[in-house]
Amino acid sequence: MLLQVDKVSKRFGDLIAVDGVSMSVAPGELRAVIGPNGAGKTTFFNLISGLFLPSSGRILFGGDDITRLLPARRVWRGIARTFQVTEVFPELTVLDNLRIAVEVASGYRLRPWLSRATKAAVRARVAELLETGGLIRIADRPVGELSHGDQRVAEVLMALALKPRLLLLDEPTAGMGDQETYEITRLINRLHKSDELAIVLIEHDMRVVFHLADRIMVLSEGALLAEGTPEEIARSERVQEAYLGKVA
Amino acid sequence: MARGSKLVAAAFLWLALITMPDWLNLIGSYPQLGTRIVILALAAMSLNFLLGFTGTLSFGHAAYFGLGAYGVGLTLKYLVPNTLIGMAVGVGAGLVAAAIIGALIVRLRGIYFAMVTIAFGQVFYFIAYRWNNVTGGDDGLSGWNRLPIHLGIATIDILGNERAMYYTALALFALAAALMALLLRSPFGRTLLAIRENERRARFLGIPVDRHIWMAWVISCTFAAVAGALYALLNNFADPHDLRWDQSGDFVIMAVLGGMRSFWGPLIGAAIFVALQDYLSTQTENWMSFIGVFFILVVLFFPRGVLGVIRRRSPT
Repeated sequence: MLLQVDKVSKRFGDLIAVDGVSMSVAPGELRAVIGPNGAGKTTFFNLISGLFLPSSGRILFGGDDITRLLPARRVWRGIARTFQVTEVFPELTVLDNLRIAVEVASGYRLRPWLSRATKAAVRARVAELLETGGLIRIADRPVGELSHGDQRVAEVLMALALKPRLLLLDEPTAGMGDQETYEITRLINRLHKSDELAIVLIEHDMRVVFHLADRIMVLSEGALLAEGTPEEIARSERVQEAYLGKVA
Repeated sequence: MARGSKLVAAAFLWLALITMPDWLNLIGSYPQLGTRIVILALAAMSLNFLLGFTGTLSFGHAAYFGLGAYGVGLTLKYLVPNTLIGMAVGVGAGLVAAAIIGALIVRLRGIYFAMVTIAFGQVFYFIAYRWNNVTGGDDGLSGWNRLPIHLGIATIDILGNERAMYYTALALFALAAALMALLLRSPFGRTLLAIRENERRARFLGIPVDRHIWMAWVISCTFAAVAGALYALLNNFADPHDLRWDQSGDFVIMAVLGGMRSFWGPLIGAAIFVALQDYLSTQTENWMSFIGVFFILVVLFFPRGVLGVIRRRSPT
């Protein structure tokens, strides 16, 4: 297993946001985390990525205990994430956003200068990422001026620049129109099919979830409600009652 | 701005700086004013390395400026009659103090960081203010002189020749500006921009944010100490006011006045500040209130500073 989350909990005062949730993710797997608002999905992501430390439980990544590591150290080990509210460098161009990500990922963050060959390699990698996300035509514009959908794609590309083994996407289609949703779903699907990258995503759009996911896990009120293949989840009466039933 | 017009602007700027003692004479001023502009510009640009390019506001840069000033003054007065050694002591004192204090405060953000930088700054101010028999207390550290710099093959007579003092200050200014510009164009510099733009994203790209802010802080304070050492040499005097929080405030005003998002903004800001101060203080004791009003107008109507206005007008 690439990622093993073992009965993690997170309390904020009296509130138990995440309550003893376990999850295993294999290399190359695409896992969707669903659940009603306030189910603790984002908090669960924050525990895996290190934004919060769990109140109890353990997190293993590639067999190593990362439960208490700082976020940056988890990134170095291969965990990248995006956020529900897009986190980019708004005043910098798309190109510079990606360039920073590539340089940091290549271990150049303390370099006072780069050789010509290194610069060319960075440029080539940035071009490759722009190609992947289809952002070449707007590469020289500040990210803050792009459409919401393009900003979210840019954020996914920054995470990809880190060459992660595990990519956490927090509601990648949030606030997107149909066309944008279609395009980012296609992008995620390509990433999923192309290499050993494991992807865990939180998503509210059930079309996207059932189209993409290998396995789905359902959270409700901080606890694990169900876990299984899309078919199993679609058939599960508990899930119908607690979650899908409410929507229908 | 296009690359071509940027080069022209840079050529113009350096030409203006290199010929400053001459044209200051022509407009009826004096060369020391130019030296003061260049030195305070260096301090404001150092502050802006942190404020404009890392997104961290320090209200205590006068402490490191003052450590540079007292470091060179005390060395020349009590220890070694050698300007270069004195400067090395002053800059070293600023660097060491910044490294230690920075490590203590680097986890703080925003207003908390700014407040703590003031507090540490005031500690140094009170030491200089109270330790009468060494620092001269409220009267400042006098009774010493800058000395000609012996470089083996040549001697720069900064004592007898005001122009030599100006060009020494300008040379150090140029060196510091070049180093800061080089750093800001490097991968390291881009991590600082990243932190300014979005700390959370920076962190989740794997940048150890606190460590990078600490490095930017130490670099910034060290250049402020260089400026402080030069300032004491210029005046043959170290003033406890150089260490005080209102001096820190002046640096912030210079940076914001000129435009903190542009590399050269603080130079323009410092030039305006010093020129206004020089002119107004001959007219009225309350010169600072005029600078204050001017500052408020700039912040209200040109939040990106004087250079920011010029930038926006020019086609991009």
